[in-house]
Amino acid sequence: MEGKKINRNGNLYTFIYATVLVVLVATLLALCATGLKPRQQQNIEAEAKQQILNTIGIQTTADEAQAAFERYVGERYAVSRSGAVNQQADAFYLNLKSELAKSEHEQQLPVFQATMPDGQRKYIVPVRGNGLWGEIWGYVALNDDLSTIYGIVFDHESETPGLGAEITAPAFCKQFEGKTIFEGAQLTSVAVVKGGAHPDDPHAVDAISGGTITSNGVQDMLQRSLERYSAYFSSIREQQARAAMAADTLAAADSLLQPAIEPGAMSNQH
Amino acid sequence: MSEAKGKQSWFGAAHRKLLAEPIGIKNPVTVLVLGICSALAVTAKLQPAVVMAVSVTAVTAVSNLVLSLLRRTIPNRIRIIVQLIIVAALVTVVSEVLKAFAYDVSKQLSVFVGLIITNCIIMGRIEAFALGNGPWASFIDGIGNGLGYGMILVIVAFFRELLGSGTLWGYRVIPEGLYAANGGFYENNGLVIMPPMALIFVGAIIWIQRKRNKNLMEE
Repeated sequence: MEGKKINRNGNLYTFIYATVLVVLVATLLALCATGLKPRQQQNIEAEAKQQILNTIGIQTTADEAQAAFERYVGERYAVSRSGAVNQQADAFYLNLKSELAKSEHEQQLPVFQATMPDGQRKYIVPVRGNGLWGEIWGYVALNDDLSTIYGIVFDHESETPGLGAEITAPAFCKQFEGKTIFEGAQLTSVAVVKGGAHPDDPHAVDAISGGTITSNGVQDMLQRSLERYSAYFSSIREQQARAAMAADTLAAADSLLQPAIEPGAMSNQH
Repeated sequence: MSEAKGKQSWFGAAHRKLLAEPIGIKNPVTVLVLGICSALAVTAKLQPAVVMAVSVTAVTAVSNLVLSLLRRTIPNRIRIIVQLIIVAALVTVVSEVLKAFAYDVSKQLSVFVGLIITNCIIMGRIEAFALGNGPWASFIDGIGNGLGYGMILVIVAFFRELLGSGTLWGYRVIPEGLYAANGGFYENNGLVIMPPMALIFVGAIIWIQRKRNKNLMEE
């Protein structure tokens, strides 16, 4: 092909050349993407497990994540918006993004229950929302009062490095520890306050300078995501409150009855 | 864009020169001042810098090779677009491979892998060399330029990680005990982690190189 037989600058040649090239390149890329998909999926799953474990303060490598996840995060189920528990679903394989695309009464929301080495129980729920450039997401671990945040991790698709992307920094996530998402029976979530939150405020943390829109995104994400679980959280909280009240009444009754019964009981035993 | 004349052995003097020149007196970063952007962005730690260097070397070499093979068929009017498609495809392959086999590093490099497409070194070498030379010479030229770029990245990242974090490749080099927080006297230099300091390091390398090589001195 010396360029004399074929006019390399002709429209037809250019058009055919471009078409063939694009089809070839597209095929190559499609093959490459399909071939590597399973391995990439594995990496993404291992990372999600690491993040969930991070919320309860357990650091693992990607290789160990699987075993650690099975050990600590034993119970995984789904709840509906109205708080009904579905034990059949495995929370880890529920795709929150596609669940949220469904109508409200069909949504299955993932819940993870972790048992800490000291026997304490933590509830971990995923959260998802939008930052400045793309999606942001994370996991929130709550103590068994379902209000106090034990740990939190965030991740993002494409926030600005050094600004919005700082939501993943431990310094930002640490602020949430010990904050509460309920005030009495009312869900308050945690606000991300520009200009700094009052250190004693149990429902607010500092925003990131230069990352205002991402910070607001985090606040909205928490508010909206936790609201979806509020029926479930409230039902457990009410149960706990009833159980505590019953225990109190029993104790009170005990202490009232104690002096009266005791001598009798003693004499009966004799 | 003159074609190399005559038959040459695969590793003859001319080819060795193609490999050695970009590492030394024709270095793409310090002499041609190309690819500075990514040199600032990915050099805070050694590991991402090395991965970036390998990725860029692979893309420059393979894109030079492919475009050299195609050089007599490419319609002149869509020359740049054809180059861009080939480079973009290769970069996408690199990015997918990193996601599958070096997930952590690919997250650290984030957008910078995709931005290899816009790295001036690659388009520069295709335009200036691959379109006028044979495939093997072009491949060698790509490797040489990739290594020249990578070498600067690694030197800068070495000093930035050592001085800024006290580690190398993630392993602690400066003992914990020396730090002020543990009762010692040492403190990491936070400034070195900032991108502007990479520019100063690159500047220092350019200075040293020009000081030692009379040919590079400007009047």
